[in-house]
Amino acid sequence: MVKMRLTQAINAAYFEEMERNERIVLFGEDVEVSMFGDTRGLHAKFGSKRVRNTPISESAMTGMAVGAAMAGTPTICHLMFSNFALTGFDGIANQAAKLRLMTGGQARLPVTFVAAIGAGTSTGAQHSDTPYPMFMNLGGINIAVPATPADAKGLMKSALRGFNPTIFLLPRVRGATAGEVSEDPDFLVPYGKASVLQEGTDITIVAIGSCVNHAVRAAKALKEDGVSVELIDPRTLVPLDTDTIVASVRKTGRLVVADEARDRCSAASHIAAVVGDEAFSSLRAPIKRVTAPNIPMPYAPALERALLPDPEKIVAAAMLTMAG
Amino acid sequence: MSQPDLHHNFTPGPERLKAMLERMLLIRRTEEQLGADSRSGELPGNVHLCAGQEAIAVAVCDHLSDDDYVGSTHRGHGHFLAKGGSAKSLIAEVHGKSSGACGGLGGSMHVTDLSKGMIGANGIVGGGIGLAAGAALSAQVAGQGQVAVAFFGDGASSQGILSEVMNIAVLWKLPLLLVCEYNGYSEFSASATVNAGEIADRARAFGMPTEVIDGNDLEAVWAVAAVAIDRARKGEGPSFIEAKTYRLRGHLEAEDGFLQAPYRSEDEIDQWRTRDPIPRLAQRLVELSALTATDIEALEANVAAEVKDALQFAHESEPPGMERVLSSVFVDQRP
Ligand SMILES: Cc1ncc(C[n+]2csc(CCOP(=O)(O)OP(=O)(O)O)c2C)c(N)n1
Ligand SMILES: [Mg+2]
Repeated sequence: MVKMRLTQAINAAYFEEMERNERIVLFGEDVEVSMFGDTRGLHAKFGSKRVRNTPISESAMTGMAVGAAMAGTPTICHLMFSNFALTGFDGIANQAAKLRLMTGGQARLPVTFVAAIGAGTSTGAQHSDTPYPMFMNLGGINIAVPATPADAKGLMKSALRGFNPTIFLLPRVRGATAGEVSEDPDFLVPYGKASVLQEGTDITIVAIGSCVNHAVRAAKALKEDGVSVELIDPRTLVPLDTDTIVASVRKTGRLVVADEARDRCSAASHIAAVVGDEAFSSLRAPIKRVTAPNIPMPYAPALERALLPDPEKIVAAAMLTMAG
Repeated sequence: MSQPDLHHNFTPGPERLKAMLERMLLIRRTEEQLGADSRSGELPGNVHLCAGQEAIAVAVCDHLSDDDYVGSTHRGHGHFLAKGGSAKSLIAEVHGKSSGACGGLGGSMHVTDLSKGMIGANGIVGGGIGLAAGAALSAQVAGQGQVAVAFFGDGASSQGILSEVMNIAVLWKLPLLLVCEYNGYSEFSASATVNAGEIADRARAFGMPTEVIDGNDLEAVWAVAAVAIDRARKGEGPSFIEAKTYRLRGHLEAEDGFLQAPYRSEDEIDQWRTRDPIPRLAQRLVELSALTATDIEALEANVAAEVKDALQFAHESEPPGMERVLSSVFVDQRP
């Protein structure tokens, strides 16, 4: 085990998998300089054949990534901020997510789109989104939202060994958080398997991405109030490990979902709907969602703070649920 | 296909040149203040400064009225001020205050003043090109002789939207001026590594009048823009200007925090310092006997006072409240 930051863990995953499979290529805007640090050193190591800076041409980048993957080259397409996935949305939404089905299962699409998500540093509404709900609705693309360095590494390695299109979202503000990471070259984290961070009996908290850290702190505070929390991080939203979540709610009878996406059609609302369907008779209180409101993110820092999920909001939601 | 030439010997005359010198100075000093505020940690977010590129915004916007439109970029402070926005509303916005141009909800990358026809800085590279072309469509339909200008970078030129817009603008004869601010870099990548061929040739291929000019020569920009904007007003369609320039500051002020190595040489930056458009225009005015050393001091003093006032105004202003947010999502409708 070695301690590293989330971006370093992703960096290590790229290095290991690109060494293991010399067909993997990576491209994106300024991936050589690497503003977030995750692609640092790759160009020096693997050269311009496999690691390329692109022009600012997201529609070409995403389309080409899908085409390269179809033609047998596993491709990492780095999109910097997830908002730029939207200028390249055709390659992701109409192509990557649809082609395998439309080709009657002929196409294998080993393509991984990488982008940073989340608000909290006053980057304004066009650099602050948490758009995984949009991707969840596309039908045919996996979504990883790691919250710890270990999960980031294992999920990236699994994506790069697989043959399904994946969008890999890194919580930007948490990129600097450090954690223990395995050095086993075959350390993989499976898609569709939630991580139970803490077992408990009174309430289930499902937290996604940047909210995992908040939920850990909320669970500590709740423990002091005598509330035993079961804390689940789904890690991937497609596929989503509903079995683990539903089983937990059957045990605790209560659910809070914390998700930085806007509330409307969020991951939280989807999880709430599934639990409502499958564990209705176990619920002892209404399900609560801690999400961002249905508005673009304002710039002023106090407003941003007021609108985003935080440990206090998760505790408040949990207490309401406990009272119910 | 033969394309009309944008060259004419129009000149603005010394008084107008002096006013433009003062505008450039206002942009420079305002941004120096914001750069200092960024480095001291006083600003909530990042800033992309345009120091060295001011002549393009100022010379082009000198031909525009508040009824004309400007679409801008992530590096938009200069366009905002050149289009008539005030230093007060700019500085307050970037400081995240309710008295800012967008009530503190937009920030540096979104400074907008619709009362001045400034339809916005933009956080999406290429985003402003589409918006400006749409404003040109609106102007064409309104039939009042308004025009729209899109400012964008050399990096943005490789976004598909530029080609799409050029095609439509020529087909529809939109009253649009496309201004590529070619500063040689797209973030940390030298332009030649991300743009094939000459950007101006892309515009020529669509059959629009196109000029490549020295963007640090305010008079040269002014003269070419005069013709292009006149053509647009008369319904003769779009034009393209590629203005060669250089940003004297980093891509963003915070870049030293993550760069592992320099991406351009000190030599190169020093070279371009000698071509700074501001001293260059001042020198020219001195040669024309239209400006004295005392005049320059007076201009500097005016601008310094304006920036100081604006900063104080920002410091004394309140941050926006939630009500402003909730009333700013939809018109007459709560989110
Ligand atoms: C759609 C999109 N892709 C990428 C970015 C990240 N980005 C911001 S500025 C920039 C470079 C822009 O270069 P250029 O157009 O030459 O303008 P300059 O910064 O030189 O003024 C990039 C890649 C973005 N903001 N939007
Ligand atoms: Mg540039």
